[in-house]
Amino acid sequence: MSLPAPDLHPGEAAALAARTAARAADEGIAEIAYARVDSPVGQLVVVATRRGLARIAYELENGGLDAILDDVALRLSPAIVEAPARLDPLRRELDEYFDGRRRHFDVQLDWALTRSGFGQRVLQQCAQIPFGATSTYKQMAIAAGSPKAFRAAGGALGSNPLPIVVPCHRVLASSGALGGYTGGLERKRLLLSIEGV
Amino acid sequence: MTSARLPPFQRFLDRYREDVLRFLVASVGRDDADDAFQETFLSALRAYPRLRADSNLRGWVLTIARNKALDVHRARGRSPVPVAEIHDRPAARAAAAANATDARDHWERVRALPGRQREVLTLRYGADLTHAEIAGALGCSEQAARRAAADGLKTLRKELDDVPASA
Repeated sequence: MSLPAPDLHPGEAAALAARTAARAADEGIAEIAYARVDSPVGQLVVVATRRGLARIAYELENGGLDAILDDVALRLSPAIVEAPARLDPLRRELDEYFDGRRRHFDVQLDWALTRSGFGQRVLQQCAQIPFGATSTYKQMAIAAGSPKAFRAAGGALGSNPLPIVVPCHRVLASSGALGGYTGGLERKRLLLSIEGV
Repeated sequence: MTSARLPPFQRFLDRYREDVLRFLVASVGRDDADDAFQETFLSALRAYPRLRADSNLRGWVLTIARNKALDVHRARGRSPVPVAEIHDRPAARAAAAANATDARDHWERVRALPGRQREVLTLRYGADLTHAEIAGALGCSEQAARRAAADGLKTLRKELDDVPASA
């Protein structure tokens, strides 16, 4: 004799898991919450710590959801849950931005995934470039205090963990060429066109 | 990837949510399973960052679920009672009546078994753990786990035989 395991209703465990994850985020038990967000530049994965937004990833360009979360788990903490409600304020700001109704972002940022030193200074300088304006890798290097390090500036911008919100798409080559972009050049072009550049 | 790493918690939750819920429905019944499920995974999450990456995650989370199930049983203040006496309790009577119409659900009877038998049967057949894993979770020998399972099944078989006569 053996006992058949109890039957579950379809979707029952998934719904309960979603409620549990939301609660874990609300009560601060989860250190990190993430959500997937649709946007005109493709599916985004957005990740927040208790301190603020730490990561925006282009799901396709950055290796897929699993790879993106594995990286965050390794570098910050594995206590990660999917909690879309936690990221609603950012989702709203992104919607407004893509609708042309928002020129800068107000959500708190957590710079935990940026490199320290020069790279971080470059990103913080980049964050100051206004909507609709552009700068160059060289200007970024100068502003970050190392005028000759424009390649390193390009590297720091290329590994920007917070694209769109920290607008590395506004940084071009001195020649006026597009340069590179973490989400691919097509997305860089699209973001610049949204801003009327 | 050279060394084992803990998966992001969400992936762990998605992988084991059905196993844990099935075990809890077997162990505490559907009404209490929701809360116990949430408590299980919230406790797991609190401990998760300090967990060794090479841990048996399924066994670990089912052990937590087993402890939450014990809490539920303690909170109910239900000492193990033979099914024959259950009919004195209004809620249990209703459950027994439901069982009479749904012969497939043996779990209400399992929940009324003495603690060790109840636990071994829910871990074995509700969570599909091996007797060795059950022994590890309960801190007993594998032989003791097998014996408790056999005793529990024997009691159930006897009760099931008795039911048509007494119902």
